[in-house]
Amino acid sequence: MLKISEALPRFPIIQNKTVFLFIRYLYMILLAFLLFGIILLISGKDPLQSYKDIFTSTLGSAYGFSEVLVAMIPMLITALAVALPARVGLINVGGEGQLYIGAAFASFGALTFSNLPAWLLLPIMIFLGMLGGALWAFIPGYLKAIGLVNETITTLLLNSVAPKIIGFLIFRYWHSALDTVKTPNFVAAARLPTFFGTRIHLGLFIGLILLAIFWLFMKYTRWGLEMRAIGNNAQAARRNGIPLKKYLITVMCMGGAIAGLAGMSQVSGFYGVLLLNFSMSLGFMGFMISWLTGGEPLGIVLMSFVIAVIITGGNLLQLTRGVPYSVINLLLAFTLFVVLARPSFVKGSKS
Amino acid sequence: MTLLAIFGVISSAIFSGTSLLYTTLGEVIDERSGIVNLGLEGVLLVSASSGFAVTSLTGSPYLGILVSMLAGGLMNLILGYLVITRKANQLASGLALMFCGFGLSALIGKSFVAVKIHSLPRLLLPGLQGLPRLYTSLFKFDPLIYLVIPMAVFVWWLLYRTRWGLGLRAVGENADIAYASGRNPHLIRYQALFVGGMLAGLGAAHLAIAYAMNWTEYMTAGRGFIAVALVIFSKWHPLRAIVGALIFSAAVAFQLLLQSSGVQISPFLLDTIPYLLTLIVLIAWGGNRKHSAPASLGRVYQGSE
Repeated sequence: MLKISEALPRFPIIQNKTVFLFIRYLYMILLAFLLFGIILLISGKDPLQSYKDIFTSTLGSAYGFSEVLVAMIPMLITALAVALPARVGLINVGGEGQLYIGAAFASFGALTFSNLPAWLLLPIMIFLGMLGGALWAFIPGYLKAIGLVNETITTLLLNSVAPKIIGFLIFRYWHSALDTVKTPNFVAAARLPTFFGTRIHLGLFIGLILLAIFWLFMKYTRWGLEMRAIGNNAQAARRNGIPLKKYLITVMCMGGAIAGLAGMSQVSGFYGVLLLNFSMSLGFMGFMISWLTGGEPLGIVLMSFVIAVIITGGNLLQLTRGVPYSVINLLLAFTLFVVLARPSFVKGSKS
Repeated sequence: MTLLAIFGVISSAIFSGTSLLYTTLGEVIDERSGIVNLGLEGVLLVSASSGFAVTSLTGSPYLGILVSMLAGGLMNLILGYLVITRKANQLASGLALMFCGFGLSALIGKSFVAVKIHSLPRLLLPGLQGLPRLYTSLFKFDPLIYLVIPMAVFVWWLLYRTRWGLGLRAVGENADIAYASGRNPHLIRYQALFVGGMLAGLGAAHLAIAYAMNWTEYMTAGRGFIAVALVIFSKWHPLRAIVGALIFSAAVAFQLLLQSSGVQISPFLLDTIPYLLTLIVLIAWGGNRKHSAPASLGRVYQGSE
């Protein structure tokens, strides 16, 4: 690997590390857009017009920008659900499942206590959502802590189980009179408040505050220090008297609780109803964001923003250019590919 | 519950289990070389859509199957470039590949939704010629079904009875030692991914071209993840993968049987059986797992200086 100063001797400003990283990332994003542009060209669409659509629809108006922030919310939270357990060396691929179970618990609250006032109902739903996610994460956390089964495998398996349980609950008990794939709409008191006349809901602030707390917690508390010690060398930490099992189980459950909160925030803040298969890989998205940014809070915010722009822009592309919506996954994948392919520039992306 | 219904259920279980077994065999090869391919779902989708498109354009299902396999191999090579050459994290790369597959397959399959194709010929299971026509129609299988068990044996032979397989497993256990004994871990892993991808492509081809005979977005419906689970269930062994696929097919059959006999068990809950079964088996093995999983599964081979 070349040193920065050797690679670019003539441009002193680029030798500044922050500027260099910024340019590097910009270059990577451009590369991804170039690749996707070629695909668009092959399929007979005008890439320049398409990109214009993507950017004007997302960053070109206050409404578009607000939609990007809305799309960011679940990514911020699910990424944190992966980043926290990663600090003690746990690989939580189960955000998707924990999110579903959290959403189911929260929906149970919304449907059962629908006559409570919002100031009481919302905290109950948040509590239930976090409880559901934590319980779902307890299984892999416990199995890992007693040294029985690797958490990567268990979280992955449980991911596939969770949405089916939701399907069962909706079909059997919770479906509305008109529709068998969703619950009745939640009452107004069960909805997270929205702001500025847009769809931005309280989840955004919850996510940002949680990330800030996470940063402070890891940096300034004893628990943060002990968690980092476990992440660096679990056996050494255990010999130094850190209760390893307790940490593994607790931190995994905390990760699950956060993912469950993401589920609660989606059904309460965004949809206002529990839908079959509503997540559409949000948990996996969080895993990638966390892994690509090395779990750094600021990186998580930036990466979530970039991905939110792509996904929100994709919505419009479908309408104006006749491109199937899932094609935007290609632009997403190319962006992820170029970031993945440069591991030395992204902290923590090596396994 | 008539005999006919039971036979119908068994027949459809065989159809749905076949693509799964091919896919699982492919993932066994990937993982034996030390690479987890979480993007299998995406690989299957791209293979299925491209194979279906070629079948529809040329009218030849055989050409379609070939293209499916090639597409699967190429998709896996993308993963290979990321995790072998660029040394990226395997799980994150796999998930990125999955998203790539979602997008690419939608693009390829866009103009082939609701198109009809000529599929593979279906041959009656030998020895059943005496049955009434109603029954024989249930036991007419396409060649890919007849080939799937021999394929599992072939993969076993490849992994356990050839030099190539020995090298592949050695790399999966410890790439450094394999390198020291004169093998090229990078090359072997690329080869493993390509072969594994071709097998996954065969599974996808069976699903789209021989079984469903149409293309719909996300038609694989989680088969990629089931295959990853079945690989663990079968302890990374191609012959045990047959058992895994059989159990899964049995779960599907069981579910159909219950439904047709009017028993009220939610299909959603029955869908969880393969995953829960795998989980229970993993717990039952406990610490023994270390002896079955390839030791350097998921680790990056940093090269040798």
